[in-house]
Amino acid sequence: MHLTLLSIDWLLLIEKCVLILIIISVSLVIAMYETWAERKVAAFMQDRRGPNRAGFGGLLQPMADGLKLFMKEEIIPTSSSKFLFVLGPGMAMLTAMMTSAVIPWSSHFHLFGRDVSMQIADVNIGILYIFGVVSMGVYGIMIGGWASNNKFSLLAAIRGASQIISYELAMGLAIIALLMITGTLSLGKMVEQQQEHGLYNFVVQPLGFLIFLVCAFAECNRTPFDLSEAENELNFGYHQEYSSMKLGFYLFAEYINMFISSALMASLYFGGFDIPFVNDAAFGAHFGQNPLAILQVVSLFGKIVLFIFFFMWVRWTIPRFRYDQLMNLGWKVLIPLALFNMLATGFIVLLKAHGWHF
Amino acid sequence: MGITQVLFWFLSILAILSAILVVVSKNPVHSVLWLIVVFVAISGHYILLDAQFLAIVNLIVYAGAIMVLFLFVFMLMNLNADTEPQKNRWLKIAGVVTGGALLLVLVAALKKADMKAQLAEMGHGNIGLIHNLGAVLFSDYVVPFELSSALFLSAMVGVVVIGKKD
Amino acid sequence: MQPLTSRSKAVERKPMTMWEKMYLPAIAKGMSITFGHMFKKKPTVNYPEKTRPFSPVFRGLHVLNRDEQGRERCTACGLCAVACPAEAITMEAAERLPGEENQYREEKYAAKYEINMLRCIFCGLCEEACPKDAIYLSETFAPANYTRKGFIYGKEELLIPNPVTQPEEYAKAKGL
Repeated sequence: MHLTLLSIDWLLLIEKCVLILIIISVSLVIAMYETWAERKVAAFMQDRRGPNRAGFGGLLQPMADGLKLFMKEEIIPTSSSKFLFVLGPGMAMLTAMMTSAVIPWSSHFHLFGRDVSMQIADVNIGILYIFGVVSMGVYGIMIGGWASNNKFSLLAAIRGASQIISYELAMGLAIIALLMITGTLSLGKMVEQQQEHGLYNFVVQPLGFLIFLVCAFAECNRTPFDLSEAENELNFGYHQEYSSMKLGFYLFAEYINMFISSALMASLYFGGFDIPFVNDAAFGAHFGQNPLAILQVVSLFGKIVLFIFFFMWVRWTIPRFRYDQLMNLGWKVLIPLALFNMLATGFIVLLKAHGWHF
Repeated sequence: MGITQVLFWFLSILAILSAILVVVSKNPVHSVLWLIVVFVAISGHYILLDAQFLAIVNLIVYAGAIMVLFLFVFMLMNLNADTEPQKNRWLKIAGVVTGGALLLVLVAALKKADMKAQLAEMGHGNIGLIHNLGAVLFSDYVVPFELSSALFLSAMVGVVVIGKKD
Repeated sequence: MQPLTSRSKAVERKPMTMWEKMYLPAIAKGMSITFGHMFKKKPTVNYPEKTRPFSPVFRGLHVLNRDEQGRERCTACGLCAVACPAEAITMEAAERLPGEENQYREEKYAAKYEINMLRCIFCGLCEEACPKDAIYLSETFAPANYTRKGFIYGKEELLIPNPVTQPEEYAKAKGL
């Protein structure tokens, strides 16, 4: 296949552009309503009512918050490094958005005589791509924290970055065990495998899922791992000097990360867009491809919403770790556990390859 | 000019320019950030050569982890252009001379090498895919692979030993 | 040292058991508690729409009363101002002119009557001191204003609407 300018499949390009547009806007809307849901969940768990003034049940509250953020005065500290100060939130937002590229949102639609895949890029290194982008996401925090020229911001940035690097290791090891079973890095294929077997990966890999879940909390900087924000220790963490929409970008990036990691966990361990208790292929043959694809999107989003609720539930239950506890958990508990999980999985895979049956 | 060439030239220019900026930047933090741009550009080259695994691992390991540690050190040491001590002129000249000598060696070595015979395969070939890479690593290159892992292990043990000693 | 109270408890610092070290059971317990709270009855009152019933002795903002013919009861005797421990009340008296009999009940009335709501401690001593039943503490509360001046309530704010000319407003002010 020779890539030349003329031989680009223009229809494919348009299709992908439309898909990217849809996914980005959906991510943004979901991030907006995550802020609303977070406040509601927090309120309900603390026997309060939460926002209920703007619109029915406070549903317009995110709009009001967004408007407020846009109207706020934009302050760039004089002694900060201006370009990097602006680059920080941009990096955070960019990396948060980029991860959605390899997640399969549904099987495919059949539109205008072509099969429209609901995955932006089915690259053969799928899951590694996400790791790569997430590891770039550290720079959003680090650059922002350093460029603010504030000691609290710098401390928070260093805390956040070392936390993300530490937990990335355990996350990678947990994933390796899963990859041994699936034998592919592509998320689309993993979901297909789970569909075929009718057995979700979290049944096969319960320990791996638990480790991945804990690491996902750490990667998203969510409580109990929100050491980089830590209002009561570091004022407001790495985005202390930020105001207006630049602050909004950081907060938004956090919520988008939460959305994407929920989607990722759903795809890796909970069958992705597979509709639970339904044979998807038979359903598609009976009712047609498009209704199936729509139902699959709904199913995936249902799983994502459950995960997001879980994120919030944990946030309003568990207090923050102390820093040494965080590092102990990451390096002395999760990594050995993940290594053990990896070895055990490898052993079983090897036995199975040699004809043992369980 | 195909899209591959366009990307190649863009990435090459980006890599060289940011590499120059790494050296020229007064602020060490800016240097590190430019170095990250270099790594990203090199990863782009890997993707052009269809070595996606290598590209992404380069990003994860070098740009994502090692450079963050570099940034840690620079940020905590708070190196600024005005606090940096003025270097001896002779030292500077010696640096230029050694750098130039290295360049000379590199140019001489590459001039002799038969580059034309090994055309890079662009856009096709499965050399860089993870499956083939793994097979090659564990069959043809087992000994170097295991040796390097032993090296890493000894480095880790060394770190623990140094860290425990007080 | 002797324990100061009977409820004091020595801090235990024994190492955690394996079960406790796993954290997960404790986390699950905590999560079930927070989840249970989601379905509890909310004690919050949706304030402007709903209010809680006041006790009969509640003391809110002041009201200057009128009699049943709509005449102001206050005679500007100054007893409320004397009784006020916070010195929040000032007034200026004036003599009733001929033809104003339907406005003021007695020959003397308060031309100016001001209560500084920032000083007022809502003790209700003015209400007790008044010999003419002219000042009452209502069930209205939580005044809000942008300026300090706005908290000095004059006669316009304090007087209850006239029951003869404005019966509707009067009924509303009485809370009927």
